[in-house]
Amino acid sequence: MDKPFAITLDVGSSLANKTGAWRTNRPLYVDRLPPCNHACPAGENIQGWLYHAESGHYEAAWRALTEDNPLPAIMGRVCYHPCEGACNRGQLDEAVGINSVERFLGDEALKQGWKFAQPEEETGKRVLVVGAGPSGLSAAYHLRRRGHGVTLVEAGPFAGGMMRFGIPKYRLPRDVLDAEVARIVELGVGLQLNTKVTDIRETMRAGRYDAAFLAVGAHIAKRAYIPAGEAAKMLDAVSVLRSMEGDEKPMLGRRVVVYGGGNTALDVARTAKRLGASEAIIVYRRTREKMPAHDFEVEEALQEGVLIKWLSTIKNMASEGTLTVEKMVLDAKGFPQPTGQFETLEADSLVLALGQDVDLSLLEGVPGLAIKDGTVVVGPNMMTGFAGIFAGGDMVPSERTVTVGVGHGKKAARHIDAWLRGTEYVPAPKHEMAAFDKLNAWYYSDAPKTVRPLLDLARRTSTFDEVVHGLDATNALFEARRCLSCGNCFECDNCYGVCPDNAVIKLGPGKRFEFNFDYCKGCGICVSECPCGAIKMVPEPT
Amino acid sequence: MEEQAVKFYQTGTFTVGNRLLAPDQRSVQSDMQRTNSLNSGHRACQGCGEALGARYAIDAAMRATDNQLIAVNATGCLEVFSTPYPETSWQLPWIHSLFGNAAAVASGVAAAQRAKGRPDVRVIAQGGDGGTTDIGFGCLSGMFERNDDVLYICYDNEAYMNTGVQRSSATPPAARTATTPAAGPSPGNVFGTGKNVPRIAMAHRIPYVATASVSNLRDLERKVNYAMSLHGARYIHIFVPCPLGWGSDPADTIKLARLAVETGLFPLFEARDGQVTARTPIRHKVPVTEYLHLQKRYAHLFGNPPDLGRIALIQQIADRNIAEYGLLD
Repeated sequence: MDKPFAITLDVGSSLANKTGAWRTNRPLYVDRLPPCNHACPAGENIQGWLYHAESGHYEAAWRALTEDNPLPAIMGRVCYHPCEGACNRGQLDEAVGINSVERFLGDEALKQGWKFAQPEEETGKRVLVVGAGPSGLSAAYHLRRRGHGVTLVEAGPFAGGMMRFGIPKYRLPRDVLDAEVARIVELGVGLQLNTKVTDIRETMRAGRYDAAFLAVGAHIAKRAYIPAGEAAKMLDAVSVLRSMEGDEKPMLGRRVVVYGGGNTALDVARTAKRLGASEAIIVYRRTREKMPAHDFEVEEALQEGVLIKWLSTIKNMASEGTLTVEKMVLDAKGFPQPTGQFETLEADSLVLALGQDVDLSLLEGVPGLAIKDGTVVVGPNMMTGFAGIFAGGDMVPSERTVTVGVGHGKKAARHIDAWLRGTEYVPAPKHEMAAFDKLNAWYYSDAPKTVRPLLDLARRTSTFDEVVHGLDATNALFEARRCLSCGNCFECDNCYGVCPDNAVIKLGPGKRFEFNFDYCKGCGICVSECPCGAIKMVPEPT
Repeated sequence: MEEQAVKFYQTGTFTVGNRLLAPDQRSVQSDMQRTNSLNSGHRACQGCGEALGARYAIDAAMRATDNQLIAVNATGCLEVFSTPYPETSWQLPWIHSLFGNAAAVASGVAAAQRAKGRPDVRVIAQGGDGGTTDIGFGCLSGMFERNDDVLYICYDNEAYMNTGVQRSSATPPAARTATTPAAGPSPGNVFGTGKNVPRIAMAHRIPYVATASVSNLRDLERKVNYAMSLHGARYIHIFVPCPLGWGSDPADTIKLARLAVETGLFPLFEARDGQVTARTPIRHKVPVTEYLHLQKRYAHLFGNPPDLGRIALIQQIADRNIAEYGLLD
């Protein structure tokens, strides 16, 4: 080639200069654990399904959600959403309304008639699931999807367990419950109602089951000894809520006193209001801060006119309905102590909501079991002391919520599946947490939380209509898009854009990015400017 | 490519890309087919703001002109690190002559295109703050007053970094450089010195003047794109942090650019025919200390005891900018 005057070399590209050699640290794409996922008792990949919902791909979102939890429409109504308490967006403005998006997806699935995929193979193994509550339904679903034959046996006349007999209709309409149960049954789960298992080993032998999952719940009301006149009307919360499912509604009278401080006490008091009680008073021995009930339920109950007497215990109940109540004080350790000061309360009925016990009679004679505080002890794999019998839900020691039950069912199903295959289920190691300090929050647009429209107070205290309404397609999309995608790449292209050395390769939609270490100088701008904390710096390998 | 048209899709238009946006609303930099006008393998320091700003600006101009673009470069870091003979990182026709004459050479290139009957080929001149506000200032002013059809882009890193961090007329007050050491009764650069070239450019009443920052990509791309839609002399002043000269962490380059905007120290605005027509509001106002303390060139302000008097003077500059340009909504 003829070169111009004084030019002796061909033009070269700077690509010959591999600036990657300068590097002492290198960036690494990571997936961190979003706090919502970490907090979810059912082990949902919340960030994962919100990602699909953000794009408006609701079916994909629902399918991702139901990989872990087959009951989203129920969850979206009754879950206490610890995910929202953990949400990093709470430190920016307000937590993402995860629960309402979940409900929207659940309702959308029922409306559109989306079905679960049938199992790809049949293993020929048979599993007995006892109890069609949240835990049993969840286990049946996960076992069936893994190709096992599942028989779900329920002592009651309907499936749903405490979701039907413990949660009032104004929180969970029964058509929603029925539809989500039916979808699980359609997978090929054999559901036998009105069938009480009295001897688990005998039932397993007779049905030639390879394994069993027990989730009979806790349905026996705890009693407290309260001296009462003969005509005094004293009931327990479990039977009050259960009788709400029958044709004959419980007769509670005009003045109803509920004794206890859990969510069940609130459910009963709010139910009493809806049945026409002019006064519904909760008597609780400690303070609001110490109350086990969830704060938003307390708030909703107070708005509906439920009264709460704090620091009080009931000493006795006379025939004509007069209750003697003793004032309490909290001692230094936070325990209530009697003061000797008494007052009286007029009540037509007293409902005890003091917790529930488990009916363990079906396990009688099973060797190797450990029982603690009236519950069955299980190992980390949810198996009881007897090989092949697993248990979960309210009958094992745990927090008694629907979501925990669903989580138990999933976990047990994984271990039962492994056990039936002669292997061991080893959960994948948890990713490091995507804490708020890992985010670059400047990039997120300001957006207020969509407030779920509440039925006006007058209407909701006089009927059993649902209290909290759902989102529609536009505001559900809006809410999903408030997700920060903590710790997981959402393809914002920031790393691809901000690299001064063009050392980030964009692989295309859904494929994320990779580094070109020939030229990456290791400056770390991509790490600081990643909004969601999905890149970290590590020392250059030597 | 309307910047900030989308108010809320998680990250709106604050991030480089956004999968939720329609393809025609996405930035040039998010495009897999972007031209990478300044290619990999250049010898800029780790975390160089100027290399980033140059790629942002030239890629946007390439998109706007359908790749019919010639760039003229003043002497400076950008020229030195991108084109050590015989290698070059530039993927467009590019010419370097002297430190001070980039604007004049660009005027000549534009005249040559006109003479050749190629109005489609557009010309950009670019340089650092030294080559623009000091050494090339005469040629630049001449290009402005003749209204030559050139977009001049100044990458402002606030000192002569290539030759060893000497003070320029763009160096801010109190900043330590090799020629304004942090010593004596008034350490660092003297207050009340320096010149504001965007305002001087506006005084020439040229069609378009704008300031931009590497922290606000969409804003920058929109301004370059708009500038290329006009003819005549245009000027864009881009703020580009320099980890070497400022004594900052290379990872903080964009963060510093963002803080310069959010404190009010570097106002983002546009001017048509000598009048300010638009400004980019501050999203989350922060005090200047957040910006200053990340840079070793200001370390003398944060000694024991801290130099609260000078910090307050710098805060005054920021507050004056905010008031003058109306940077808070």
